[in-house]
Amino acid sequence: MLEIKNLNVYYGVIHALKDISLTVNEGEIVTLIGANGAGKTTTLRTISGLNKTTGGEILLEGKAITYLSAPERVKLGISQVPEGRRIFPEMTVFENLELGAYLRKDKNNIKKDLENVYQRFPILAERRRQTAGTLSGGEQQMLVMGRALMSRPRILLLDEPSMGLAPLLVREIFSIIKDINEAGTTILLVEQNASMALSIAHRAYVLETGSIVMSGTGEELARSNEIQKAYLGGE
Amino acid sequence: MTSVLTKKNLLILGCILLTFVLVQVLMSVGFITSFHEITLATICINIILAVSLNLVTGFTGQFSLGHAGFMSIGAYVCALIVMRFDSVAGFLVGILAAALAATIVGILIGIPTLRLKGDYLAIATLGMAEIIRVVFLNLEITNGAAGLSGIPRYTNWFWMYLFVVLTIVLINNFIRSSHGRACISIREDEIAAESMGINTTKFKVMAFAIGSFFAGIAGALYASYFYFIKPNTFGFLKSIDILVIVVLGGMGSITGSIIAAVLLALVSTFLQSFTAVRMIFYALVLVIIMIFRPQGLLGTKEITDLFKFRRKNERIE
Repeated sequence: MLEIKNLNVYYGVIHALKDISLTVNEGEIVTLIGANGAGKTTTLRTISGLNKTTGGEILLEGKAITYLSAPERVKLGISQVPEGRRIFPEMTVFENLELGAYLRKDKNNIKKDLENVYQRFPILAERRRQTAGTLSGGEQQMLVMGRALMSRPRILLLDEPSMGLAPLLVREIFSIIKDINEAGTTILLVEQNASMALSIAHRAYVLETGSIVMSGTGEELARSNEIQKAYLGGE
Repeated sequence: MTSVLTKKNLLILGCILLTFVLVQVLMSVGFITSFHEITLATICINIILAVSLNLVTGFTGQFSLGHAGFMSIGAYVCALIVMRFDSVAGFLVGILAAALAATIVGILIGIPTLRLKGDYLAIATLGMAEIIRVVFLNLEITNGAAGLSGIPRYTNWFWMYLFVVLTIVLINNFIRSSHGRACISIREDEIAAESMGINTTKFKVMAFAIGSFFAGIAGALYASYFYFIKPNTFGFLKSIDILVIVVLGGMGSITGSIIAAVLLALVSTFLQSFTAVRMIFYALVLVIIMIFRPQGLLGTKEITDLFKFRRKNERIE
């Protein structure tokens, strides 16, 4: 569904992504793990169009989207949940969700999707008139995921959904991610919490200082010695 | 739902007309003297300036220190036109040309500067406004530092009030539209707005252009009320004055800007009899309000939120 070929990104003189290639097939959860500064977020931002590409290609269902603007990519079904729970704090939960469907014109379906989001996250329905800034961290994470779903994405890009959340909540968020995927949305997940990410991912890539150093199924990587040593705290 | 003639709108229209008639009557019986009228004009012009700057700074979150620059463009364009075509028609054409000229310059300045954020944007807009001022200072047609005098006076209570109402209604409707929502989302979180597929540059420039449009109108009204304009009238301090009204009323509150504009004009008029300590008191009032209400008088709320007619969230639910 999504294919990246030899992607290169520079921040000024810093070569942030070096010839990255990866594929996400329809219906998969693919995770990108790696240490701080490895280029995980850069990869997501480049896919969603927030960063410029210096070289290489991004294909969505065979069609190049490398030079499309971010809004055009959202229209094609790529939706990003940015890192760090970026809600609109002064707006209500409802208004936040409404903005997720900003580019859509099909009012009836929007209403249906809103119902779906409320069903998936009952706490959001309960708090729909509250300003989003007053929600707890976990609720805010649910809100940004709900907001991203409001654009009816075909592929959802999740950037560190577990960041700063209590372990119990992390587990909940990950089971929701799995649910969303089972309902038919393809997911590309960037995570520092490698063990959690590998446990739900079909396939995974490991990024190190801007290059992909390893790839395989979630299970394979979770069992690999190098991964255990570097990311999972194993011996 | 679809009709414009809802109970609420009729009530608002009634209030608007009533205010107009009331002030008109008070003026004709001499309760509002010509001295008071100057304060009234200041209030009206400041409301237009503050509400339009609030769209840029309060709602879209783009900190601009150049509003007086756009005002000056409006003032000069209108003055030059109305001095040549000395009639009400000339005045109205002047206002329209003033607004359009300010909008065009606003777009031209907005496209390069709105890439900047926060302090950098403030400095860039400040610089742009200074450039506008220096251009007027050196042009022959604007008569340099001496400025233009003897501008025919067509601005009266009727026109001022009309444009104040138009400004408020149009900007309010813009903010409640989906475009306005996009602008607010940029203030709330630009990265999130971008990842929702909102073209942030487009909406920032749009807000800036609309803000300049109304600043141009305010400048035009100013020129045709005070007979006389010179480049230094529209310097850095004028931009700060407008910003003070916006911050004081609450960034993101239209009614807040209106109240603050009225309040500051009244305070300043009242203090006119104490010339020596006037600015000290004025500054003290500002400091005190900022200490006790750092979010401004109304914050991001509107005064009408106090008596809501219908909860806006019930639209889709």
